[in-house]
Amino acid sequence: MMGAVRGTASFASISLVLLLMALLHAQGTAPAAPLTLVSRDGRRPLATTIVNGQELVALEDLAALFLFDVREDTLAGGLTVVYRGQSIVMSPGQPMALVRGRVVPLPAAPVRSGARWLVPLDFISRALAPIHDTRIELRRESRLLLVGDIRVPRVTARIDAPGPPTRATIEVAPAAPVTITTEAGRLIARIDADGLDLSGPIEGAGLIEGIRAGEQPRTVAVLLTARAGAAMAVAGETGGVTRITVEVTAPAADAAAPAPPREPAPPPPAPATRPPLQTIVLDPGHGGDDAGVRGARGTAEKDVTLAVARRVRTLIETRLGVRVILTRGDDRAVGLDERAAIANNSKADLFLSLHANAAPSADLAGAEVFHLRLDREGEDARRAAESEAVALPVLGGATRTIDVMRWDLAQVRHVDASAALAAVLDEQLRAQVPMGSQALRQAPLRVLTSVNMPAALVEMGYLTNEDQERQLGSEAFQSSLAQGIYNAVLRFRLYLEEHRVS
Amino acid sequence: MIARRALAIAGGVVLLALLAWAVNAGLERLAGVEPAAAPRAAEPAAPPPGVPRITATLFYGSADGQALVPVRREVALAEGVVPQGREILAVQLQGAPEPHVPVIPPGTSLRAFYVTDRGDAFVDLSSEISAQHPGGSSTELLTVYAVVNAVLANLPTVRRVQILVEGREADTLAGHVDIRRPLERDMSLVRESP
Repeated sequence: MMGAVRGTASFASISLVLLLMALLHAQGTAPAAPLTLVSRDGRRPLATTIVNGQELVALEDLAALFLFDVREDTLAGGLTVVYRGQSIVMSPGQPMALVRGRVVPLPAAPVRSGARWLVPLDFISRALAPIHDTRIELRRESRLLLVGDIRVPRVTARIDAPGPPTRATIEVAPAAPVTITTEAGRLIARIDADGLDLSGPIEGAGLIEGIRAGEQPRTVAVLLTARAGAAMAVAGETGGVTRITVEVTAPAADAAAPAPPREPAPPPPAPATRPPLQTIVLDPGHGGDDAGVRGARGTAEKDVTLAVARRVRTLIETRLGVRVILTRGDDRAVGLDERAAIANNSKADLFLSLHANAAPSADLAGAEVFHLRLDREGEDARRAAESEAVALPVLGGATRTIDVMRWDLAQVRHVDASAALAAVLDEQLRAQVPMGSQALRQAPLRVLTSVNMPAALVEMGYLTNEDQERQLGSEAFQSSLAQGIYNAVLRFRLYLEEHRVS
Repeated sequence: MIARRALAIAGGVVLLALLAWAVNAGLERLAGVEPAAAPRAAEPAAPPPGVPRITATLFYGSADGQALVPVRREVALAEGVVPQGREILAVQLQGAPEPHVPVIPPGTSLRAFYVTDRGDAFVDLSSEISAQHPGGSSTELLTVYAVVNAVLANLPTVRRVQILVEGREADTLAGHVDIRRPLERDMSLVRESP
């Protein structure tokens, strides 16, 4: 039986290889779709040819574009490219080039075609770009050849949820300024760049018909369906990428709009029974005998965490009217399980642990945001939580489903929301305080594992860095931190409203 | 008068100290105990010449304190997974070679090392690993995974590593990283350049 299965599998793979070989062979010599060369002067096509499955480009075309000389040594059969005193040497039959005396492999050898020499596309990026004064970037997948100091960000789009509300994300990398306008039936994002490297059009879902290049250059259009109500888009920059979040809602005023009398309206969407964010637990790290990190000038982590937690509490309570509980309101020791228990018992909607960091080098600075990373056991528990709900008989003959969940792994069911919380914290703190070079991190942090709600831990800065110790002790910096955290809580409330479990 | 008495007392103290040292050294020699080696902080820990050795990958803090860097170092060869693990950890617990920075508190020693049939290794460390830890999530992650990665990178039969402190299971070293259960290798903290 096993042998038969294996036999079929190997037969299938052999046929696949044969099919691929046949396809490659059939390609032989064929013209390919031209590359598009993008420079300050505009766009123009650059023809390529496919020979034996390799995409080649004429050396003389490149010579005209990039102003280099080609010398052919007819005796030895060598081919030399000279650009401003620097040279690239190739030989027919050798899939490599000698660039400034160093061997650079190429996927194919140069080929003569009539009077012209053809070289593989990689010649541009591997051999020519390193010696040329102008920046040359080959983007194979989008068939663009970027020349000079031009900004052509990659633009990708996806539908996140068909909804309604329908949500989509457009990412622009590297980040570029974006202006958003709405027109009838569409939303246009104008991206400030020299050109766009757009992935193919995206099929729509829900209230979005599709996302594709706009009619104007450097624009992306989000096309709405006839049933769409309001469309909103917000652009924000994180980690060098501009993210445009699009939300399209169904017409809210369906009933209010003058409409012909009709059958009783379908029941309205379930009314919000409870605001998604009622209680927040702030956890000032360490305390009592446990001072946490101590800076060289004597600043103790436990004091900084408590001071910032108090500031955040004041901001949230006065401006949002949300209940805030601190796991410790003064300088005392509280165990990690006790901190989680305070959050779980108060049925908090968000848990945020505040800490100050230490590094083995005094240079390291910047805030970092952590959310929980599950180990294999945690992942298993997560899958179990998704699949295994147990129905228990209750008084009166009915049943009630309860989740099977290890109490000390309560966080596993909130990993997605916690990742979102950490991302908004990173985004909002970035606008207020210096961030570490890898600011958004995942780690197996003990205090986060047992809290049964979205949770994150903020390391607000390094007390082992002289400047940061001074900052963390100052009122101005502490209130910047508090403001960033408050802004993140506001953003996260929106997230909770959008992802409300119905 | 007072000066002479003080001098006499000082002389007595010195004499007593010398006597105590002599007795102690003599007893140790009698008992066949090697005098305890002075703690060598940042000294390179090459085994003495003539001892067969292996090259192990150990993990130290990068100069900027941000990551772990794998460093190939020579460790005495030992027969079997457990003795070899002890040799590797003994070197890993010592100071870091330049230009790397130490991520394990100085004075931390290996109390025991054993491996279960399931491939879980237990590294039992002295209290310094926790009591002398400077704290902070970032440093604590480096400390924990320097130990975990050093075992997993060199002993292929070990699957996971749990750190014990003074023979007991611990929650964390300094209040952050969960070490209640055996941990798997984490190469996300590792980068190649110093």
